[in-house]
Amino acid sequence: MPNVIQYIIRRLILVVVLMWIVSMVTFAIFFLIPSATGTSPAVLFAGKAPTPDTVKSVEIKFGLKDSIPVQYAHFVEGIFVGRHFDNGADKSYCPPPCLGFSFVNNQPVWNEITSDLPVTLSLAAGASIMWLVSGTAIGVLSALKRRSFFDRAAMGLALAGVSLPIYFTGLVLLDLISYNWQILPNVHYVGFTDNPLSWARNMLLPWISLTFLYAALYARLTRAGMLETMSEDYIRTARAKGLSESRVITRHALRAALTPIVTIFGLDLGQLLGGAILTEYTFGLIGIGHLSIDAISRQDLPVIMGVTLFAAFFIVFANLVVDVLYAFVDPRVRYS
Amino acid sequence: MTAPLDVQGSATEAQPEAVLGGVEAKAIEGRSLGQIAWMRLKRDKLAIVGGIVVILLLLIAIFAGVISSLAGQDPYAYHSNLIDPNLSTPKGGFGGMSLDHLLGVEPISGRDIFSRILYGARVSMIIAFLATGVSVIIGVSVGVVAGYFGGVVDQLLSRLMDLLLAFPLLLFAIALVYVIGDSSLVGLSDNNTRIFVLVIIIGFFNWPYIGRIIRGQTLSLREKEYIEAARSLGASSPRILFREILPNLVGPILVYSTLIIPTNILFEAALSFLGVGVRPPQASWGAMLSDAAQGLFQIDPEYMIVPGAALFITVIAFNLFGDGLRDALDPRSNR
Repeated sequence: MPNVIQYIIRRLILVVVLMWIVSMVTFAIFFLIPSATGTSPAVLFAGKAPTPDTVKSVEIKFGLKDSIPVQYAHFVEGIFVGRHFDNGADKSYCPPPCLGFSFVNNQPVWNEITSDLPVTLSLAAGASIMWLVSGTAIGVLSALKRRSFFDRAAMGLALAGVSLPIYFTGLVLLDLISYNWQILPNVHYVGFTDNPLSWARNMLLPWISLTFLYAALYARLTRAGMLETMSEDYIRTARAKGLSESRVITRHALRAALTPIVTIFGLDLGQLLGGAILTEYTFGLIGIGHLSIDAISRQDLPVIMGVTLFAAFFIVFANLVVDVLYAFVDPRVRYS
Repeated sequence: MTAPLDVQGSATEAQPEAVLGGVEAKAIEGRSLGQIAWMRLKRDKLAIVGGIVVILLLLIAIFAGVISSLAGQDPYAYHSNLIDPNLSTPKGGFGGMSLDHLLGVEPISGRDIFSRILYGARVSMIIAFLATGVSVIIGVSVGVVAGYFGGVVDQLLSRLMDLLLAFPLLLFAIALVYVIGDSSLVGLSDNNTRIFVLVIIIGFFNWPYIGRIIRGQTLSLREKEYIEAARSLGASSPRILFREILPNLVGPILVYSTLIIPTNILFEAALSFLGVGVRPPQASWGAMLSDAAQGLFQIDPEYMIVPGAALFITVIAFNLFGDGLRDALDPRSNR
């Protein structure tokens, strides 16, 4: 067990380093590229068609005249202790964790993210359960009944699933089920705590669209993994020992086939929590992915930057969780 | 496509007869890996169908202008006479399909959908192919260097690839397009600047996928006897890299390029769907779907189905062909 703790500590250090690099790269993109192409970042902060006066006051308020390393240092400081923005006339306070301050909406980016996060969380949580269960189940059945009608039909459907963009399946579902047949009309977000039933009913179509895409991917992966492990020597050994077929499949084959699925699931979930941009946009759900798109149309750079960093954090964190899970699932990891 | 694989000239090592198994051997003669792959590919009907569709799509993309002028249509011309003034939907059924407008016209503007789909194919293919080129060049260089030199170099480059894969791709792409904005670069026109920016961004975010695969392949090639032999004969590292290793990577490079193209097509469509891709009035499948998503799909579902179907057919054709190519080039795969 000490090995596991050592391993986890090593991974934690890696996460911190990774986040640090990601934040620097993000910062560089948002501050170096505009100056390279001749636009001042202040213009990108100041909202739609800003007057020169606005740009100037934004420049002073957010200290955009300072050198980039100094600005970066202030930014990092803000995450831990908060920041005061002040240009004499206009004062704002951004409490920790300060991921930036939206000049356009006059509030900390963190507030906007947390108010839109429940939508994204609901989307990701429901959809991931649906696709994980259905995807792996279909994959296992397909592998066990290889070349059967079920296998062919499922794999055909899966190929369609991975080839259809989510915004197309989403629109078709909306058009048929929500608009034409009025089965689930007027999709909008209802808080889980307000009305769980209505929450689930409104989330159903987005969940189904996401499930169609991801379950297809997972079914293909599970099937390939199962076919590979089922031909391994240890499966023959397990059968030779006289284990029941169901035990061979669940305890030996499936467990080995599922390990790569765990990795991919962690990454996909991390990406999705960082904003299911296309799904949110298709269904008009205001999650944090939609927030970043809105921020672009209203020229609100701090929000775009904050959301990007926040999303990166989720992905890095998901990586960590996967790695730690691995240490428990797969004994080989502990000794590498 | 078959020629580069012959370079290895190790037909005996691959034991083509053993691999082919059931296929009747007419005359006992050595077949190159390329020939074997081609024979396998020919037997995979789905892959062949996919390949044919891909070729057709490429022809459509190249001759978009010729075809639409043959059909007598201009992708940018408005036809307000074909739009119902009260509903702003196309007159007539099925989204205004007629002999003049094979796939109907757009709601509100009345632009010809057929020619816009053709031009959309062109934009989509240009961006996807160029971006794939960028990914392949970076991915193969980094992958080969990491796999061949190993050690600290490998550690650093592998971490770099991990790092890039940990970025929220779509968000970064959106942010980059926004930050780079409409500043015109290196004397290109507005539209071409945007296409250039999209190619660089899409290409840059996808190279680690190729890089990882190439690294793995190089790692195993490095230990092969003929590399050892070349090294003991005094061949320099560049010579081994370019003359011995690279030719053997042509197969995987080909396969993963084919599989990355549809991803890039979807990426471009997604960016255009979100309004940060190709700029209007230039035609793009993603942008058409975006218009549809703004509520037009309710009044004119046909306008949503046509670009959606175009995307679907394109992506599935590339996927089928790529899967077939992989199975044909990889002797271990026997699905």
